[in-house]
Amino acid sequence: MAQAAGGAYRERVVARGGSLARRRAWIAFFLCLPLILLVLALVVYPAFYSLHLATLNKSMTRFVGLANFTFLFKRETFWMVVEQSVIFAVSAVIFKALIGFLLAHLVHRLPDKGQRKWRGMLLVPWVIPPAMSTLVWWWMYEPSYSALNWLLRSVGLEAVPWLGDPYWARFSVILVNVWYGAPFFMIMYLAALKSVPAELYEAADIDGANAFQKLIYVTLPMLRNIIAVTVLFSLIVTFANFDIVRILTAGGPRDMTHVFATWAFKLGIESNDIPLGACVSLFMFPILGAAAIFILRDVHRRSRELAGVTG
Amino acid sequence: MSRAEATAAPAAFVPVASDLLRRRHWALWSAYFFLGLFCVFFLAPPVYMLVTSLKTSQEIAALEGSPWLIREPTLANYAALLGSPTFLNFFKNSFMVAIIVVSVTMVISTLAAFSLARMRFLGSTVLATGVFLTYLIPETLLFIPMFQIFTWLRDVTGIEFINRWWILCIVYPTLTVPFCTWILIGYFSSIPKELDEAAIVDGASTLQILFKVFLPVALPGLIAATIFAFTVSWAQFLYPLAFTTSIDQLVLPVGIVTNLIKGDVFNWGQIMAGALLTAAPPVLIYAFLMDYYIAGLTAGATKG
Repeated sequence: MAQAAGGAYRERVVARGGSLARRRAWIAFFLCLPLILLVLALVVYPAFYSLHLATLNKSMTRFVGLANFTFLFKRETFWMVVEQSVIFAVSAVIFKALIGFLLAHLVHRLPDKGQRKWRGMLLVPWVIPPAMSTLVWWWMYEPSYSALNWLLRSVGLEAVPWLGDPYWARFSVILVNVWYGAPFFMIMYLAALKSVPAELYEAADIDGANAFQKLIYVTLPMLRNIIAVTVLFSLIVTFANFDIVRILTAGGPRDMTHVFATWAFKLGIESNDIPLGACVSLFMFPILGAAAIFILRDVHRRSRELAGVTG
Repeated sequence: MSRAEATAAPAAFVPVASDLLRRRHWALWSAYFFLGLFCVFFLAPPVYMLVTSLKTSQEIAALEGSPWLIREPTLANYAALLGSPTFLNFFKNSFMVAIIVVSVTMVISTLAAFSLARMRFLGSTVLATGVFLTYLIPETLLFIPMFQIFTWLRDVTGIEFINRWWILCIVYPTLTVPFCTWILIGYFSSIPKELDEAAIVDGASTLQILFKVFLPVALPGLIAATIFAFTVSWAQFLYPLAFTTSIDQLVLPVGIVTNLIKGDVFNWGQIMAGALLTAAPPVLIYAFLMDYYIAGLTAGATKG
């Protein structure tokens, strides 16, 4: 009798606990609802919609299958854009990562109270809106008034046709991107360097390691994760860059500096061929997919840790 | 510790110690040298922006002497811009967009991050991962389909979306919300669970826990997220360039790029003054809240 009553009581408690848990799950879901709606309506839906758009004809009245793609593949400009996008993204990311790494090391070497000041000055390019800093670069490149050419001439060098010559123009857009992005790498690496335990270097010192060996056997392994993540992030962002090329060259001379984003803008918005523009911008997907796989592994590890902490 | 001991070491060790000191000294000075070099490279463009903005058009056109020096400094460019209703309207549009986007972003991200950091529901872990992936989708992939969607919405509802400044308030949260949610999840889940358990024992509801416990404790994270949302919406260039064209609907970056450049006439003094005024708000925020700014930057990656 008493046992039965106890059982019923326990059942009630469990049932109450169950409905409470269910209520909490509903609350949790409703708190996320704005986020879910935003992502579905303005990110997921447009992303898939652009797949659909890419299969339509210019007036968007007829389904043409892959005709837009085959049309692109036959155009010389398309292959130039592919080439330039890859050159632009890869070389800019390499230089940003190298300069960022070097700067982080230099700042890390300074006494603690001086670090803040230097770090503050070195991050300025990242803080200025890129469209605005690109304007001043454009002005410094400007052929007849070029402040950079003035500097070159004052040390006895030839003036450079920064944006006039296609190959120099390619160099110039990369230079601006490196200028803008290197400070970000510096901040990331500096934060990571600070988290490397000092004992590791002390142990290396005792073992008689020189500076280079410490870099190879202590710093790089400890920073491997953060280097991978920042390079991947930056590769995505640089691959999709728009502001710098758009303002400096708008793709010229002879379409040699177009990257996917600026060419898609030119075709889709300026020439009013939305399906073709969507088609071009879709070529940014592969790099995204590859990056997503790498990052997902990382994120999974993190959410497992999260679950471990909270659950 | 080891250095202090080395300098106080017996006489026999002094040569070694001073050699070490000299080497450290040399390393420090070479660091200063290279950092100085990079500072010149990094700060030359903003400095040149300032220099040009303080020159008259005649001086800019004169081509005499160094372009890096100012002979007759003038504030005429700033006066012209700040007296121009068009430019002030760009400023107003930019501020309106930034304020609305920051508010919307903070509400959406705080609620979602609170839920994802502490509660479970079907698919909540998938959503947390999905949020992060959304952050990786660049705006250059989405602007064309979005343009088409808004054109279609106009045909259906009769409301004009394209070429209205407030459309940016709808679009920008896609850039800000994923990252802000992500860093807030990090800040929220670092709050000890005992804190909300204590609040539950005291009879607090879910929302009370959020407002009375989480928000005050995670204030640095909230500030970092707010700064991020503001700087992103202030600096965004592609969406306003694609979605707004009329001069009264433009925000600052696009307004300066498209409007101060009229045909082949470049009024560089005014362009640079405008660029400097546009750069000022994020730079000031950075100058005063540098630690929060950097915390927001690094939180996304180093916590992973």
